[in-house]
Amino acid sequence: MTTEQAKRILANPRSCQELAEQMLSLALRAGADGAEVLVRDGAELEVKVRMGEPELVKEAGSRGLGLRVIKDERAAVTYTSDFGVRAMDVFARESVELCRLAEPEPLANLPAGEDLARALPELDLWDDSVLSIDVAQAKAWAKTGEAAALKFDPRVTNSEGAIFGRAVGAVAFASSAGFSGAYRGSNVSFVVEPVCDDSEGKKRNGFHYTSNRFVSGLLPAEEVGIEAARRTVAKLGPRKVPTCQVPAVFSPEAARTLLGQLAGVLSGGAVWRKSSYLAEREGTLVASPLVSIVDDPLVPRAPGSRPFDGEGLAVRPNVVVSEGILRTFLLDTYSARKLGRRSTGSAGRSVGGGPHVTTSNFILRPGKSSVEEVANLAQGFYVTNLMGFGFNAVTGDYSQGAAGFWIENGERTFPVSEVTISVNFDDLWKGIDAVADDIDRRSSVQCPTFRVARVTVAGT
Amino acid sequence: MTGMTVPSSTFSYPATPLDAIEARTAERLLGVALASGGDHADLYFEYHSSCDFAFEEGRVRTVGRAIIVGLGVRVVRGNASGYAYTEELSEARMMDTARTAAQIAADGKPHAPVSLVSRALPNFYPVPELSLDRPGEEKVALLRRADAAARGFDPRIIRVEVGFAEGWSDILIVASDGTMARDRQPMIRIGVNAVAEEHGKRQTGRSGTAKRRGLELFEQFGATPEDHGREAARLAVAMLHAEEAPAGPMAVVLAAGESGILLHEAVGHGLEADFNRKQTSNYSGQMGQRVASPLCTVVDDATIASARGSINVDDEGVPGGRNVLIENGILVGYMQDRISARHFGTKPTGNGRRESFRQPPLPRMTNTLLLAGQDQPEDIIRSVSRGIYAKRFSGGQVNISNGDFVFSLTESYLIEDGRITAPLRGVNLIGNGPEVLRNVTMVGHDFLLSEGTWTCGKDGQSVPVGIGTPTVKIAQITVGGTRAT
Repeated sequence: MTTEQAKRILANPRSCQELAEQMLSLALRAGADGAEVLVRDGAELEVKVRMGEPELVKEAGSRGLGLRVIKDERAAVTYTSDFGVRAMDVFARESVELCRLAEPEPLANLPAGEDLARALPELDLWDDSVLSIDVAQAKAWAKTGEAAALKFDPRVTNSEGAIFGRAVGAVAFASSAGFSGAYRGSNVSFVVEPVCDDSEGKKRNGFHYTSNRFVSGLLPAEEVGIEAARRTVAKLGPRKVPTCQVPAVFSPEAARTLLGQLAGVLSGGAVWRKSSYLAEREGTLVASPLVSIVDDPLVPRAPGSRPFDGEGLAVRPNVVVSEGILRTFLLDTYSARKLGRRSTGSAGRSVGGGPHVTTSNFILRPGKSSVEEVANLAQGFYVTNLMGFGFNAVTGDYSQGAAGFWIENGERTFPVSEVTISVNFDDLWKGIDAVADDIDRRSSVQCPTFRVARVTVAGT
Repeated sequence: MTGMTVPSSTFSYPATPLDAIEARTAERLLGVALASGGDHADLYFEYHSSCDFAFEEGRVRTVGRAIIVGLGVRVVRGNASGYAYTEELSEARMMDTARTAAQIAADGKPHAPVSLVSRALPNFYPVPELSLDRPGEEKVALLRRADAAARGFDPRIIRVEVGFAEGWSDILIVASDGTMARDRQPMIRIGVNAVAEEHGKRQTGRSGTAKRRGLELFEQFGATPEDHGREAARLAVAMLHAEEAPAGPMAVVLAAGESGILLHEAVGHGLEADFNRKQTSNYSGQMGQRVASPLCTVVDDATIASARGSINVDDEGVPGGRNVLIENGILVGYMQDRISARHFGTKPTGNGRRESFRQPPLPRMTNTLLLAGQDQPEDIIRSVSRGIYAKRFSGGQVNISNGDFVFSLTESYLIEDGRITAPLRGVNLIGNGPEVLRNVTMVGHDFLLSEGTWTCGKDGQSVPVGIGTPTVKIAQITVGGTRAT
């Protein structure tokens, strides 16, 4: 799809909504007792420049439809990108037919009508000027950012490139439970990834990025390039440290990984499946009193905002953890029914799958301390990167590769790499003894710097 | 590795929208793609059909079905690519897509007309029948068998989930060098996840497999659904009594099979040609040099019968092959796609792969293997006075620029005085690829290809891969546990 076509379609999210409604009536006519249709339409441009030369210009549009049908309490979930009139009819019939293979599950029925969203909140998720950025402008942006990184320090000798991306999309959802709605959103992002030569033929890469729903919300290209270079150079000449137990400070990027893993064990699906170490812990202390977490879909212009959830339910901010006490899990209709509750309006939905719990803007509330105060340790590990998949959701056992800086007498000293940090997740979250004020709002999981009283570092 | 025989049959794949793509249309599209110049252009047509079943609490909870069709067009000029795709295979939309991709080569000279030659391919993954064509009830029966075996294994098993997925891709690759290649790539997958509980403590275990086969996989060519059910249950129960792992450097014995993930992360990615072309890999410029212990020979082999990572042809129209990467410790080859091969003045190796028509190809692994050595596996374990026996992994990650990697273990044991003793939990291994390969001191004769469902991610693209290794001893590696000693 060209940009022009994208503009035409996206100017009118109503066209997606009409498709969704059309499929809904086809599914009901084919014999479904209930049906939900999600249509997504989008266009993307990605321009990558490396060492001053364009490496990739990718431009395309994509439209897909996901259908969930229920017949005799049996559910099927299907996907198509063929919007021909006849093809849509065949698709609806085959989807209903597929229900036969599933087995009855009364709890999988559509949500009750009274829970569905009525008026949709205006969340300011769309910026017209995103689509006006053309290939030449995107290239210029990427060249400028990469050049700034290469110029910043002679030790920056190479580059993985700089990527400018823009994406726009419309989402429409229609449910036979009594909902039909649509919204659109835009996003622009820019990343620079410089490379330095280190000793023993090793190289060090690093990156910095900016991302926003509005073009005006992006950091300038030079600033991103310079910060990327600064971060990369700072990693040169790392050491391992002896195996020990120390306090650890997590930068917002590293802390975000931990917060994302916590979101997983707070989701209703993991809870009713007994696959969360927090499954029976509602109402109890699961984190330090310094920790308050809200999942808020209603933040204007935020990356994870949505006016209705993946089942067409009204959305609201959910306080998940308040001063360390677990207040609620995040629930979609099915997990709520399994747990004897009501949905928290937290269903996500992709065109390729059925509804399941997803976070919107999952935010660890910033504290009052400055980063300097939080990192002011006699000795400790300032963690900037986490690596690997070492989290066991059922037990809370946690161990990941880590890199960052060693802190001594309140100062960042040498860079550290090739070590792991390990601590049970319960001890990690309860052990937070400082939360900084520097929340990172670039992504939908938003976290400030925080400090954990004690972790095990495995090194030499 | 020798190919397994499959009963001959008259099976042929069903018709798809790709049947309607004529050579003349493809030639015209290439003409449009190269109208403003460019060194190379390719068209990637893809039809993908799949079905999946989710089974939990003793019943099939959801059935899913998807059909995806599309075309990706790439125009290459030097090291730069223009890329566009469409989900609509009408002539007008395809031409539009080719024009969008051609932007990269604006103000060049048009390319000479292309005439296409169909390429005959071997078939490394014949199937007697497509699983998708079998009645759904047969698959539901498989799910029930796995579920019953897991539940019956031990009364401490409190939950079982079984997933089953089947699908196939029809791909047609047409390139401006005249290549026209078509391949049908089947895949079938089963996975069991079990939760065990005792005195309020819970643990999970998983087992599963994925291969390029039909339903015959479960009858003739691998573990049965019951085997996977029992294995998932066994792991969950075994881990109930696992101890906290020690932290710090120690000897590690990698069990044959899925420890091959270490090769994939520690060496494989660093030998993908794009990183070396850009000089951003820690293996850049080391061709012909010693990069590993002389005991190590590493190959990437797309030709293993029915393996998950096997491909008859890559996604740039180059036949899949068996490529030696490291021979007796010496770096001898990279995995090349077309762009990198031209840079190095060599031939593409059949490693240009992509997730779907929505992405341009990149140099990727297929089945990456450490070949067998001479040692007895028992001798390898006996040689360790204190260390870790690493048996099953959940995943790994590497930083290409310096080779630092991390692996997460789901089943591992302490080795004390040459004997495998206590099961451990929460173990990670962290190290540096080249250093670890230099630290390989013993290699067993017991090569094993992992049956597991391995998926590799790079630049946001996932592709199915295979891994395999014999039992291997690494003299020292950092173990990330919680128990500082």
